[in-house]
Amino acid sequence: MRGWRPPPLIDNPWLRWGIYLGALAYLVLAIGSLQINWARVAEGLERGWRFVSAFAQPNFAGRWGEISEGILESIAMAAASTVIGVALALPVGLGAARNLAPMPVYLACRTVIALSRTFQEVIIAILFVKMFGFGPLAGMVTLVVATVGFMAKLLAEGIEGADRSQMEAIRATGGSWWQLINYGVQPQVMPRFIGLSVYRLDINFRESAVIGIVGAGGIGATLNTAFDRYEFDTAAAILLVIIAIVMAAEYSSGHVRRRFQ
Amino acid sequence: MPVTERGGTRAWQRRDRRRQFAIWAGWLVGTLVFVQSLRFISGHTIWEFAMDAHTQAWDLATRMVPPRWSYMEKLWVPLWDTLNIATLGTLLGTLIAFPIAFLAARNTTPSSALARPLALLVIVSSRSINSLIWALLLVTVVGPGVLAGIIAIALRSIGFVGKLLYEAIEEIDPVQVEAIVATGASRPQQLAYGVLPQVLPAFAGITVYRWDINIRESTVLGLVGAGGIGLQLNASVSTLAWPQVTVIFIAIFITVVVSEWLSAKVRQAIT
Repeated sequence: MRGWRPPPLIDNPWLRWGIYLGALAYLVLAIGSLQINWARVAEGLERGWRFVSAFAQPNFAGRWGEISEGILESIAMAAASTVIGVALALPVGLGAARNLAPMPVYLACRTVIALSRTFQEVIIAILFVKMFGFGPLAGMVTLVVATVGFMAKLLAEGIEGADRSQMEAIRATGGSWWQLINYGVQPQVMPRFIGLSVYRLDINFRESAVIGIVGAGGIGATLNTAFDRYEFDTAAAILLVIIAIVMAAEYSSGHVRRRFQ
Repeated sequence: MPVTERGGTRAWQRRDRRRQFAIWAGWLVGTLVFVQSLRFISGHTIWEFAMDAHTQAWDLATRMVPPRWSYMEKLWVPLWDTLNIATLGTLLGTLIAFPIAFLAARNTTPSSALARPLALLVIVSSRSINSLIWALLLVTVVGPGVLAGIIAIALRSIGFVGKLLYEAIEEIDPVQVEAIVATGASRPQQLAYGVLPQVLPAFAGITVYRWDINIRESTVLGLVGAGGIGLQLNASVSTLAWPQVTVIFIAIFITVVVSEWLSAKVRQAIT
C-alpha cells in the first residue's frame, strides 16, 4: 500500500531543515538564557489569584472621581489627537505617494513616517513629557505624532494603488495639480481614508490608556497608581471600564467603516 | 433622486434635505467634541511648563548629542532579552491562539452556542488590553523580569492572531472541505486535510507580522519592569543620562527596522 503525505510548506528540503534546526538552536539558547525566579513566581501566584478574584467584585465606587476624570481625559486626548493627526497626515501622505510627489518631498515625507512609526508611542511620550511637562497635552502631541505616521503611510499606499487612468483623464482635460488631487485621487481614496480615521480613533483611545504610565495623562496614570497601591479591586474596575469602552468603540467603528466602504 | 420644483424649473441636488441635515449635524457634533476636548486638555495643562517647550526641546537636543557610544556594550544583553521576549511571547501566544481560532470560526466551531462566544470573549478581552498594561499586571504577580514580559506579549498576541486567523478560516473555500468529507473522512481529518492547508500560509504570515509588532512593543515593557531594553531606557531617563538615551534610541530604531524588513520579506515569500 502506498502512503500519501501532504506536501510541506517549504519545498526545498535544505532550507526546510535549515530553518527547523536554526529555530531549535535559537529556542535552546533563548530558553537557556532566561533567568526566572521560580520562588518569586510561586509567591506571586497568591497575589495573582487575588487579582483574578478582584475581577469578580470590582470596586468602581472607591475612586470613582479619579476613574471618571482619567477616562474623560483619555477620551479627550483620543478625539483631539485624531482630528489634528488626520489633518496633518493629509499633506504628509500626499507627499509620500511616489506617483504624485517629486523625489525630495517623497524622501522627506517617508522619513517622517518611518520615524513616527518605528518608535512605540510610550517612547515618544517620554520625550514629550520632558518637553511639555506632565499632563494630557504631552499625551495629545504623542498621539498626534503616532497618528500622522499611521494615516500618512496608509494614505500614501492608497494613492499609489489608485487607478492611474482616472488621474490621466483629469490631466488630459488640462486640470491643475489641485484639480488632479480633488477629482482624480480624492474620490478613489476617500472612503478608505474615512474608515481608517475611525479605526485610528479607536487605536488612539487604547494607546491613551497606556501612555499615562510615563506621565502623559489619561486613564493610564490612574491605573498605574492603583497597581502601585496594590488596590486590585480598583485596577480591575479600571480595566473593565477600558474593555467596555474599547468594545463599544470597536463595534461602532466597525459599523461606520462598513457604511463608508 | 431629490429633485425639487423651484418656480417652474426642476432643480437637482445631490442629497435630499434629510441627508443634508444629518451630515450638517454630524459636522456640528464632531466640531463640538473636538473643541470641548481641546478645552478639557488645556484646562488640565500647566501652561507655564508647556510654553517653554521649545527651550526644553533645544536643551534636550544638546544633551542628547554626542551619543555615548561606549554604552552600547551594556546593551547587547538587554537587546537579546528584548528579542527573546518578543519571539517566545509570540510563540506562546500563537500556540494558545491556534485552537481558539478554530473554536471561534463559524465553520469549524464545535458549538456555536457555547464555544464560539467564549472564544470570541477571550479574543476581544486580549485585544483591548495593551501589552504594557498586561505587563504592569504581571510584574505585580510574577515579579519583575523577562517572564512577565513574555507572558504579557503572549496574552496580547492571542487576540490579534486569533482574530485574524479565525477570519481567515471563515473565508476558506468550502468545496475543498466537502471533497474531504465526501471521502468519508473523520472530523479531525477534515480539519487537517480540508481546512489546515488553506489557512497555513495565512497563519504563518499573521504570526510573522505579529512578531514584528511584538519586537516594537517589547522595547518598552522594561519601563514597568518586565525586562528588555526598556529597563535600560528607564534607568537612563530617570538618571537624566541623555547621551545613553540616544544610543538606546538608535539601537531600538535599528532593531525595529531590521525586524520589520525581515517580516516583510518572509511574508512576501509565503504569500
